[in-house]
Amino acid sequence: MTATPLEAAPLDVAAVRADFPILTRTVRDGKPLVYFDSGATSQRPRQVLAAERAYVETSNSAVHRGAHQLAEEATDAFEDARERVAKFVGVDAGEVVFTKNATEGINLVAYSMSNAATAGEEAKRFRVGEGDEIVITEMEHHANLVPWQQLCRRTGATLRWFGVTDDGRLDLSDIDSLINERTKVVAFTHQSNVLGTVNDPAPLVERARKVGALTVLDACQSVPHAPVNLRELGVDFAVFSGHKMLGPSGVGVLYGRRELLEAMPPFLTGGSMIELVTMERSTFAPPPQKFEAGVPMTSQAIGLGAAIDYLRAVGMSAVAEHEKQLTEAALTALGEIDGVRIIGPTTTESRGGAVSFVVDGVHPHDVGQVMDSMGVAVRVGHHCAWPLHRRLGIPASVRASFYLYNSVHEIDALVAGVREAQRFFGVV
Amino acid sequence: MDLEAMYQEIILDHYKNPHGRGLREPYDGESYQINPTCGDELQLRVKLDGDRIADVSHTGQGCSISQASVSVLTDLVVDRPVDDALAKLDAFVELMQGRGKVEPDEDVLEDGVAFAGVAKYPARVKCALLGWMAFKAALVQAGVEKAREGAEIS
Repeated sequence: MTATPLEAAPLDVAAVRADFPILTRTVRDGKPLVYFDSGATSQRPRQVLAAERAYVETSNSAVHRGAHQLAEEATDAFEDARERVAKFVGVDAGEVVFTKNATEGINLVAYSMSNAATAGEEAKRFRVGEGDEIVITEMEHHANLVPWQQLCRRTGATLRWFGVTDDGRLDLSDIDSLINERTKVVAFTHQSNVLGTVNDPAPLVERARKVGALTVLDACQSVPHAPVNLRELGVDFAVFSGHKMLGPSGVGVLYGRRELLEAMPPFLTGGSMIELVTMERSTFAPPPQKFEAGVPMTSQAIGLGAAIDYLRAVGMSAVAEHEKQLTEAALTALGEIDGVRIIGPTTTESRGGAVSFVVDGVHPHDVGQVMDSMGVAVRVGHHCAWPLHRRLGIPASVRASFYLYNSVHEIDALVAGVREAQRFFGVV
Repeated sequence: MDLEAMYQEIILDHYKNPHGRGLREPYDGESYQINPTCGDELQLRVKLDGDRIADVSHTGQGCSISQASVSVLTDLVVDRPVDDALAKLDAFVELMQGRGKVEPDEDVLEDGVAFAGVAKYPARVKCALLGWMAFKAALVQAGVEKAREGAEIS
């Protein structure tokens, strides 16, 4: 007899919603808010605000400085948040660098790589130059595209990328030629912020390792929505943002394997990140401090720690299962409307809760305006993934992105919004 | 929110049957404008005849507001003295940047007054101004120095 895996307790949406005061407000003349833009930024539960407030009201001070009691408490709270983040994604606290957001995390790696040109022998593996290649994908958010373009411009390296299939999957058919002995970095998204597509890191990590390239995972849309163990995925670096996972804005995370963070030269320099400073030169603190110059965001990191506690209490498997139901309902309901085309996979197989679509004859901006008038907040435009939209032959799209606090009946509002846009613009 | 207040019938009519659409030769100035937040694109050409706007032609892709706005622009400026066109441009920009508090002058803006409701939605103001931004830049390219002055469009 095979053991049945324990089912995660299903998520109690009403109980979750009660923790998010913003979800009770109305918009546009009294319409209940239906918030389908968590892919851009998520809402925050009371518990996160309470944690930030408690810190500011009792222990606020500059971390890693001073010997007074407040400084001690602040440092403990900050480092405790780091521990929680690390545990949440299955890595060590020393491998977690707090950044402003995920974008800064990717830039940190890209600029550290340029800085490697003038750093010591230990930084050799981070050097890039003419003849080297950096590989990304056509479904990247601009945050995991522009920094690599710029690194190539600064160093003379060449940018290459995996294509996207018509059904919104990564086309890995040329993996062995794209990732080759010239490849220095393979940077890719775990889950597309537009298509919802979940990419399996395994084949990319395996191939990158074979040729000695570093892997950088954009986990912005995966870590908030499903159980993710970065160590098991085997990537070298990963980034995600606090504000997309119930936490505050102004805090993001860069994960780097310890030996890499130790060898990689710093990006921003100044206070906090040093070991010894003379007028002539400086030596640097061990990671993660080496990458955290200046007084860091503190209440934000503590808020992120509280957000992680919240997500753990609900259970990431339960969050993922709940979003799968929402996604399934949305894919089915939108699929039944004539003139609506879903961008990306049309089943929940290897797919997360971002559902983008176009409505024939109505520009996404206008669809969004009609929805907004009905209280439904969706994202319209190219969602910081312009090349992907170009690849799919559309200027823009409408995106509904779900989170643990959305209920299945809210999908009805999404459908009603699309139908109203069609009626208003006379395309049905 | 009243959708009809934003999407006036005039706007929808211009959107469905845009005036001046399609690029034409010859021309004296040309501009390509994009709205980086949504990816809308617009290419616009101006043909001058002395101090008169002889023709405005355009192509691109965008929402109803940006498409209707450039269509209205065509009606307002073609066959008018450059000075009149610039005055209309200033009036339209003032209307759009007025957060819904500017009372439009119908004698100057004609169909353009329909965009008064759009001015209340900051996210859509850029849509409405895309064509006007292109017109201004195309005039500058055509050598109309005074088009550099006046309302700042951003």
